[in-house]
Amino acid sequence: MDFVTRYKNALFLIAVLLVQAIALAMQVRTPADSSEPDGRSVRLIRMWATSTVTPFERAAHAIGSGMSRGWADYIDLRHVRRQNQDLQQQLTRMRIEQAAIAEDALQGRRLQTLLAFKERYVGTTVAAQVIGSSGSDQSHVLTIDKGSRDGLKPDMAVITQDGIVGKLRDVFPNTAQVLEINDQTSGAGVILASTRIRAILRGTVAGRAQIGNLTADSRIKPGEQVLTSGGDQVYPRGLPVGTIQSIAPDPDHQPYTAIVVRPAVNLDRVEEVLVITGTQSDLPPDAQQDLTAAEAQHAADLSAERLPGIHDNDAPGLPGSPTGTAPPATAAPANGLPPPIPLPRPLPTVHPDRYSAGSSPPASTLTPGASIAPQSAPPASNRQPAPNPDEPK
Amino acid sequence: MVTRSYMSRREVEQQSFGLPVAIFVPLGAILLQVLLPRLLPALAILDLPLVVTLFFAVSRRSPIAGTITGGTIGLLQDVLTSQPIGVNGMAKSVIGYAAASLGSRIDVENTATRAVLTFAFSLLQSGLLYLIERRLLGIRSFHVLWLHELLRAAANTAVAVPVFLLLDRTKHPE
Repeated sequence: MDFVTRYKNALFLIAVLLVQAIALAMQVRTPADSSEPDGRSVRLIRMWATSTVTPFERAAHAIGSGMSRGWADYIDLRHVRRQNQDLQQQLTRMRIEQAAIAEDALQGRRLQTLLAFKERYVGTTVAAQVIGSSGSDQSHVLTIDKGSRDGLKPDMAVITQDGIVGKLRDVFPNTAQVLEINDQTSGAGVILASTRIRAILRGTVAGRAQIGNLTADSRIKPGEQVLTSGGDQVYPRGLPVGTIQSIAPDPDHQPYTAIVVRPAVNLDRVEEVLVITGTQSDLPPDAQQDLTAAEAQHAADLSAERLPGIHDNDAPGLPGSPTGTAPPATAAPANGLPPPIPLPRPLPTVHPDRYSAGSSPPASTLTPGASIAPQSAPPASNRQPAPNPDEPK
Repeated sequence: MVTRSYMSRREVEQQSFGLPVAIFVPLGAILLQVLLPRLLPALAILDLPLVVTLFFAVSRRSPIAGTITGGTIGLLQDVLTSQPIGVNGMAKSVIGYAAASLGSRIDVENTATRAVLTFAFSLLQSGLLYLIERRLLGIRSFHVLWLHELLRAAANTAVAVPVFLLLDRTKHPE
């Protein structure tokens, strides 16, 4: 009894540590992967704690966003006009680029069809706002203001317009926890954009995203883009993850290299995210319309290439046109629309013959039954003129 | 000549706090810890719950109370992270116990003592977290970046000194 009285403080500490160690052991045993959602009892505890903290986080977020919105919408409008002009120009440029990318997409789809490849596209998304964080630099978790009542489930991918943010971990009725890709318990299947090397991206203790399962490869260079591979069944294929920042030997896991990836999204400053709630094998309706339009344009271009006679050679701006000169590429559109994309035209013929475009005389000048003299004949010294049956000898 | 024994000093200098202070100060620290990194990500280096744990532990000078305070605050911290619940709970239980034990032996009202105490316990917590993550949970990839931990300890110390002075006003001497 004296022993207990004398060492009651130490015994109390040991008891508290023992209880927590047992609780830890139970959590680590089920589930095995710490990036997976918790077991039921732990999830319940987290839900209570989150429910306690969330109202304060929502209030702080509302106050903060209200103040910043008031500042941005009513006070800080100095460069809006200039920014608007820049955005208009950017939009014009992107429309032109879109047409070129649509060509590649068409080609990609044809190849996928040939390979019977099943692509998964982003189908439905839920927009959410980030209202809190874990508050620790050893755990990179965000709290968003949408939960299971909005259709969210664990392991759904969370993205922004710049790239992937992470995936849902624990989902509560009105909130959810997002495990960022740089958390040490996080993982994602990725592919290097130019070398097409597949790898696994993991977070580190220092809060960096790192590829650690590749051996040294001279083809992998800093600056290479990293995309999702779709192999993890969480992130749809082809979403931007980031760019390779540095490549160095991994001292802990020889002969592998530690490839540090700079995330495409600024994970410290994420305000609004999209949760991918569904994927589909077909393109979304809007994208389908764009692709159909691009397909029609592509078909028209092909027809134009195959029927050179329908070209109007007198049209200004065509190469080889006798009257026109090409308009400057930077000419401003007259009606505010982007300049039309020039249709591909056949190159001028190097050695013209009677089958070349423009070698036939107009039909109005021809006489029925009369022979047609070649428009561009080879030099007279090399060839005798064709005998005319109507001409007297 | 007045002589003070160890027990009499502890009994004289034990401090108590009102229930609202004992509840809302730790909760406020956890809430601030969650919110501040949203405003300035670099503030994630701070550990306000640790500062509050140290304050209550050295003020109450009761190892059992320090263990309970540290354990509770640590567990609350854990439930908001992706870590298993108990990692911070165990570390802060030990911190609370040790700080309270030390608080009954040295003068913790002195600002310099408080600064040294915070710095030392911040490093101790980093070591404890390393042991728990690496040895207990078996996470082989867990590393401690000691330069970062030194910076964390310095940042915690810089914040702890004014926070201690502020919280001194909430004490109720018995």
